[in-house]
Amino acid sequence: MSDTVLHNPAARRGSAAGALLRHARYVVSENPVTGLAFALFLLIALCALIGPYVVPYDPLASDTAAALKPPSLAHWFGTDQLGRDIFSRVIVATRLDFVIALSSVALVFAMGGLAGVAAGYFGGWTDRIVGRISDTIMAFPLFVLAMGIVAALGNTVTNIVIATAIINFPLYVRVARAEANVRREAGFVQAARLSGNGEFRILLTQILPNIMPIMMVQISLTMGYAILNAAGLSFIGLGVRPPTPEWGIMVAEGAGNIISGEWWIALFPGAALMLAVFCFNLLGDGLRDLVDPQRRT
Amino acid sequence: MLATLGKRLVTVIPTLVGVVIVTFLLTRVLPGDPAVYFAGPAATPQSIAEVRKSLGLDRPLPEQFVRYVNDLAHGNLGNSLSTGQPVVQELKSRLPASAELTLSGLLLSLLIAVPLGILAAVRQGSWIDHLCRIVATAGVSLPVFFTGLLLVYIFYFVLGWAPSPIGRLDAFATAPASLTGFYLIDSLLARDFETFRAALAQLILPAVTLAVFSLAPIARITRASMLAVLASDFVRTARASGLSTRTVIITYAFRNAMLPVITTLGMVFSFLLGANVLVEKVFAWPGIGSYAVEALIASDFAPVQGFVLAMAILYVALNLAIDVLYGLIDPRVRLEG
Repeated sequence: MSDTVLHNPAARRGSAAGALLRHARYVVSENPVTGLAFALFLLIALCALIGPYVVPYDPLASDTAAALKPPSLAHWFGTDQLGRDIFSRVIVATRLDFVIALSSVALVFAMGGLAGVAAGYFGGWTDRIVGRISDTIMAFPLFVLAMGIVAALGNTVTNIVIATAIINFPLYVRVARAEANVRREAGFVQAARLSGNGEFRILLTQILPNIMPIMMVQISLTMGYAILNAAGLSFIGLGVRPPTPEWGIMVAEGAGNIISGEWWIALFPGAALMLAVFCFNLLGDGLRDLVDPQRRT
Repeated sequence: MLATLGKRLVTVIPTLVGVVIVTFLLTRVLPGDPAVYFAGPAATPQSIAEVRKSLGLDRPLPEQFVRYVNDLAHGNLGNSLSTGQPVVQELKSRLPASAELTLSGLLLSLLIAVPLGILAAVRQGSWIDHLCRIVATAGVSLPVFFTGLLLVYIFYFVLGWAPSPIGRLDAFATAPASLTGFYLIDSLLARDFETFRAALAQLILPAVTLAVFSLAPIARITRASMLAVLASDFVRTARASGLSTRTVIITYAFRNAMLPVITTLGMVFSFLLGANVLVEKVFAWPGIGSYAVEALIASDFAPVQGFVLAMAILYVALNLAIDVLYGLIDPRVRLEG
C-alpha cells in the first residue's frame, strides 16, 4: 500500500493534499473559532473581489423618494439620507477597506520587516538608527501621529495607507529584529557563510525565509488594526471623500441620524467593520497558536 | 529615588528632541507647501507669498528649525486661522475636558478589567475565563466611534436614560467655577451637586466608550501575568505555609502581577489618546481632539501641528510617570541611566 503511494506520483500528490486537509481539519477541530474566522475571511475576500458586480443597486445612485427607509425586503439594510442602498454600499466598500489595509500592511512589511531584519542581523549602527526611528514613532500616540501625517502629506487615500504603515513600523521592526537576532549565529547561517555567501545574500536567502511564518502572524494581527485605523481616519473626515462608499465614512454619515433613531445608516457599515476586524484578530490568534504555541495567552 | 528620577528624566531628552524634529519635518520638509496650508483654503498667490515670508519659509531649513525651536521655547505654537486665537491658549483651555474624559475612561476600565483578569486567572477555564477572552477579543475589534454611536442609540434614543450627546453639560446647567478644570471635581468643591450630577450624566457614555476600548489589553495582561505569578514558587510556598487563598491572591500574587499591567499602561495610553479624538467627535466633547478635527477639516494647520506636539509631550510625560510609579511599586527596579 505504501509502496504504491510512494511510486505513483499522482497518488503521492493526493496524499500530500490529504495531509494538508487533515492538518487543516485538525487545526479547525482544535479551535473551531479559527475555522469560523477563516470562513469569514473567505466571505470578506469574496465581497472584495466580486462585490461591485453582484450588488442589487448602484452604490452611488441616489433616490430621494426612498430616502431614510428602514431595512426592508427591497433594501436589506435600508437607505440613507440620499436614498442610496446601504447594503450595496457596505458590500462595495469592502474592496476599498480591504485594499487600504492590505497595501498598508504590505508596505510596512517591506519597510519594517527589512529594517528589523537588518537591525537584528547586522547590529551596531544599523540597529541603533533603526531603533531610534522606531522609538521616535513610538513616542507619539499612534492614531494622533497618523492624523498629523495625513494632514501634512495631504488628504488622500494613498496618504492614509502611508500613515497606517508608518505607525505600524515599530511593531514589525521589533518582531523582525528579535527573530533575526536569535538566528544570527545559527548553524545554517554559519554554513551559508562558510560556503562563501555574502552577508546580504544570507540575509535574504537564509534569515528572511526563516522568519516568514512569524511575520505572517504579525501581518494578520495588524490587518485588523490597519482597517480600524484607516476607518477611524476617514471617520474624522480624512482620506476617503464622499460619496465614495467606505465603512468609516459611512458610519460618520449616519452618526447624525443616530439621535433621531435612524440606526441602520451607521449600524450596518459599523458592524461590517467590526466583523472584518474581529475576523482578522481571530485569524491572527489562530495562526499564532499554530506557528508559535508558546506565545499563547 | 531622586537620583534615579533624575537619570530617567535625562533619557526623556532624546525622545523629546525626536518629537520636536518630527513635528517640524511634518510641516516643512514633506511634499506640499506649508505656506499654502497656513494661508488657508481661500488664499491668493500674493497672500501665500506673504505668509511664506512672515513664517520665514523662504529661509534655509536649519534656520527655520532654530526659529521653530525658539518659538516653542517661548510657548508659541502659532495662531489658528479659523478662530484667530493663539493655539497654545486654545489647547490649554480645552485640555481639562480631554483629560477628564480620558482619565475617567481609564479608571473605569481599570476597575472592570483588573478584577476580571484576576478572576479569569484564578478560575482558569471557568465561564469567567471565557468571558474574559470574549471581552478581550471583542474589545479590540470594536471601532471606538461605532461603540460610542451604539451606546448613544441604546441609552439616549431607545431607553432615554442618557442626556443627548452634546458636550460636557446640557444647555440648562452652568459650568462650575474653574479650579482644576475637571467639572466633576470643581462642582464637588463648590458643593454644587446639581451640576455634578449633570456633568456626570454627560460623562458616563463617552467614558464607558473609552473603557470598553481599553478593557481588552488590560484584562489580557492581568490574566496572563496573574497566571504566571500563581504558578511561581513563592505562591506555592505561601500556600504550603497555610495562608488563606485570599491572602495569597491579594497580598502575594496581586502585587507582583500588577507590574506587567503598569508597563502595559503606556501602550494603553497610546490607544486611549488616539481613541479620545474619535470619542470627542462622536459626543461633541469640547476637548483638544475635537479642536484638532475641526482644524483638520478647515485645512487650518497650526492647531493640528500644536495638537500633535502637545499629545506627544503628554504621552512622553505619562510614560515617565508610569516608569516612576513602577519604581515605587517594585523597589527591585533599578532604573537604567
